[in-house]
Amino acid sequence: MTVRVRKIQVGVEETLHEGGPVAQTPLRMGYAAAVVENPFAGRYEPNILPFMDDLKPLGLALAGRLLSALGGAADEIEGYGKGAIVGVDGELEHGALWHAPGGYAMRELLGEAKAIVPSSKKVADVGARLDIPITHRTASYVRGHFNAMEVGLADAPWANELIVILVMTTGARVHARAGGLQASEIEGLDGLR
Amino acid sequence: MKAKVRKFLVVVEETHHEMGREIAPPTRKAAALAVIENPHAGEYVEDLEGLMEIGAEMGDILGQKAVSALGVAPAEIESYGKAAVVGEAGELEHAAAILHPRLGKPLRQAVEKGAALVPSSKKMGGAGTPIDVPLGHKDGAYVRSHFDGMEVRVPDAPRPREIVVAVAVTDSGRPLPRVGGLTADQVEGKDGLR
Repeated sequence: MTVRVRKIQVGVEETLHEGGPVAQTPLRMGYAAAVVENPFAGRYEPNILPFMDDLKPLGLALAGRLLSALGGAADEIEGYGKGAIVGVDGELEHGALWHAPGGYAMRELLGEAKAIVPSSKKVADVGARLDIPITHRTASYVRGHFNAMEVGLADAPWANELIVILVMTTGARVHARAGGLQASEIEGLDGLR
Repeated sequence: MKAKVRKFLVVVEETHHEMGREIAPPTRKAAALAVIENPHAGEYVEDLEGLMEIGAEMGDILGQKAVSALGVAPAEIESYGKAAVVGEAGELEHAAAILHPRLGKPLRQAVEKGAALVPSSKKMGGAGTPIDVPLGHKDGAYVRSHFDGMEVRVPDAPRPREIVVAVAVTDSGRPLPRVGGLTADQVEGKDGLR
């Protein structure tokens, strides 16, 4: 099935401080979102799996765009997340088709990325915003890297569209000081600690 | 830098299809935003010189960030616009001081030329307030194909004592312009209007 892309939006946010000391290295968080036609809109389609494979090249393209917007160095990417917004003629399950191609694409590009890619999804109207959860890419329990990025487009998703989204970050929250597992303490064996 | 910046946000949007038609090459817009501290939050100040200086810095920094996000030469930028959202402890006039006296000159350097007025909008708002940055052709304000806008927002800004400053640029007009009027190739570029 052809993946018909209407729009691509890429955003990068840099945080220099949040009321505390100015960071030596600002935290950068970026997203890449693609607005695609939902081939299953308006009906119940039992077999939706083939579309998951069709989305793989788009996943790789979005991950590449995002990495390059963040400077292009895979080893500087420390956190990630993904999500999907399904237009109102679609089904939440259609958003789930993004799990494999989105996650696979970022791992393919970043190399070592053992932690599960956290995700969120919803069915929503045009202009909806989605908070994409973010965790450390090697160890899910790293507390400083728990974060989220709000993403949305003013004119999407139409009823027959999906927005598929990838997020990457370059570090911890800008004033992270809530304790817990530190990035320096990661064992890196199980994707958790 | 005079401005105390908390955040920068740079967004690029490409349109590949509009009303079922393929747009090749895609039309593209970029916006660069800064979240800055409002030095005059909570007090009435007669002389807004400090904010005017900040405006000059913003024209330079945000202009360059937006142009570089599109990855084209400055001369290839076709339209531009600017806007600001002032947090509740500030005053609408603070947006005016940033946007109008001095932001335009460095922005025009960033897009090479720019004979036309830089269209603008401003408002007061809370964190996450969206603002539509108006867009107009940089050399001929009457070019009808390039009248447009770009909605931007920063989810956590402006906080009460902050201002969000935005600059938007494009390397193209609307995806399917067909309402006539002055076209980009007819622009003389002398008076900024036609």
